[in-house]
Amino acid sequence: MEAITIIRSRTVVMPTKDIDTDQIIPARFLTTISREGLGKFLFNDLRLDDQGRINKDFVLNQPDASGCEILVGGNNFGCGSSREHAPWALLDYGFKAVVSTEIADIFTHNSLKNGFLPIVVDTDTHTTLLEHPGMEITIDLAMQKLTLDDGTAVKFPIDAFSRDCLLQGIDQLGYLQQQLAAIEKFEESRSWKP
Amino acid sequence: MSTQETLHNKVWNEHVVVAETPDSPAVLYVDLHIIHEVTTPQAFSLLREKTLPVRHPELVLATMDHSTPTTPVSSFKDLEIVGAGVARQIRQMEKNCQEFGIELLGFGSSSRGIVHVIGPELGATQPGKTIVCGDSHTSTHGAFGALAFGIGTTEVGHVFATQCLLQRKPKTFEIRVEGKLPVGVTAKDLILAIIREIGVNGGAGYVIEYRGSAITAFDMESRMTVCNMSIEAGARAGMIAPDDTTLNFLHGLPRAPQDADWDVAVTRWNELRSDDGAKFDKSVTFAAHEMQPMVTYGTNPGMVIGINEAIPDKRSDPSFRKALDYMQLEVGKPMTEYVVDVVFIGSCTNSRLSDLQAAANVVKGRKIAEGVRMLVVPGSQQVKQKAEALGLDRIFTAAGAEWREPGCSMCIGMNGDIAGKGQLTVSTSNRNFEGRQGVGARTVLASPITAAASALAGKVADPRAYLQE
Ligand code: SF4
Repeated sequence: MEAITIIRSRTVVMPTKDIDTDQIIPARFLTTISREGLGKFLFNDLRLDDQGRINKDFVLNQPDASGCEILVGGNNFGCGSSREHAPWALLDYGFKAVVSTEIADIFTHNSLKNGFLPIVVDTDTHTTLLEHPGMEITIDLAMQKLTLDDGTAVKFPIDAFSRDCLLQGIDQLGYLQQQLAAIEKFEESRSWKP
Repeated sequence: MSTQETLHNKVWNEHVVVAETPDSPAVLYVDLHIIHEVTTPQAFSLLREKTLPVRHPELVLATMDHSTPTTPVSSFKDLEIVGAGVARQIRQMEKNCQEFGIELLGFGSSSRGIVHVIGPELGATQPGKTIVCGDSHTSTHGAFGALAFGIGTTEVGHVFATQCLLQRKPKTFEIRVEGKLPVGVTAKDLILAIIREIGVNGGAGYVIEYRGSAITAFDMESRMTVCNMSIEAGARAGMIAPDDTTLNFLHGLPRAPQDADWDVAVTRWNELRSDDGAKFDKSVTFAAHEMQPMVTYGTNPGMVIGINEAIPDKRSDPSFRKALDYMQLEVGKPMTEYVVDVVFIGSCTNSRLSDLQAAANVVKGRKIAEGVRMLVVPGSQQVKQKAEALGLDRIFTAAGAEWREPGCSMCIGMNGDIAGKGQLTVSTSNRNFEGRQGVGARTVLASPITAAASALAGKVADPRAYLQE
């Protein structure tokens, strides 16, 4: 995995609350056996109408959205199904981070393991972002700092371990494998076996 | 040392391989890993890339349910009917399990079914186990006092390779339900009411423990319905302490401990309850007697109203407006005014024998309304066989419903079972998200008896008017 340090980009804003992973990528696209190429199904049913034509009103289809790497979503982004296809699709489409006031638990886990940043900010910062689509902002992972275009900076929380893995481009499986001696000892010493 | 522990903490502590620090999460051991065809192919690919074996193939329970069709299929040629992608995914699952030495309860197995239905019915789901699956409704297994939660595909790969996960300990949330549920009000109505109250993110960061007299009075199938939808409140897991009801359910099941092992296990399981005075991070109490049949009106499982209540006016909220627009519903009207196109009885929330029995009791000797399509999809081959032995299939087909093969079916529109654009479906599943049951399909979540009553009425209906002996 590539190391991540700083992301600077204009934002795309989807203010709706509770954007679930079924919207991010509908289930009928989950029959794939690969993790590649899912970007073309991102927000499929919002991006395209039922004839498969581009829905011009949808925010990702606006000319300003092109090249944006940061998505600003409503509260409780990524709720619902545990499908990792959701962060895979977001990454493949070109997004590198989502900013919201709350991001669902399993989606957060899945994102951090794939180098997609789930950034949680306070309501005031979120409101500013919602009101100014297209604002150029900077996410500094090492400093855990999000900076708005006027220079205002806010800290964001992120699991320290995941942050360090991402900053160094380390795969978490490698870390787990280093714990093998402890795992073996646990297996031998437990009082009952599953 | 006299510390009072919660049920969750007891199970958690028993599985810590390496303790959590501020800089690193805990390494948590997994006792049972349930897998299916949709969220595993990329994890198997990871093993191949790194030339790793599955560390404990004997701790994996594998089946196929999500993309498998529920029309009878006897050959792969039939599968192509649903789609080439589905056929390829199912073939890949067979190949993966074979290559990595995992027993697959696949086509032709009398144990095949929805992941969260077969774990319990085989006795693989047991108190005190840690159970994971690449599916968010893994919380279902918490009904047995297991710590069970959904994981992503990368984590599926972690468990394959190491039998462990990197986890931070969640907080604990006590939900007490005291008293007795009125007639016609089910576990499904209770959990919908709870989600309405605490919100679709009310459980975020927590493991919920359901307690109180209404919960202990439930049979295992109702307990599973409650724990199943914990994820719809954003919780990591839901749990219920094991008791005699749990033991009676498990005793004699093929994968439960047998003979002397059973007695040893029971001694251990009897410790699995929150001690008196154990501290929860958060706590709420509900009164069971105040409950009524519940239905959803919006596009998340927290948008819930009583069956005779009017859709509330929250038009100042743009998300609410978007949801009502999608659902084509009006503020101020009760759901009972709306015509139903499809009724779906199934999914890991409500496809067990007691669910089908309750629905059959409503439709018995009656006909579903003109123009309504009703699908009844048992949760597993075992449920199907038991239901057929009781004649439930004939009750449903005589009423005009379709009796299908087991699978996730219309819970997730990826196996050929979908509702059409704009069609209103009363569904016993767990998610009413936009497009979940087909592009433009409108989903109303309800209990099996509300769903069955709605099929008869041709409109969303109060089940209490349709209950019979
Ligand atoms: S029935 Fe629905 S929620 Fe349950 S496992 Fe299948 S797809 Fe997931």
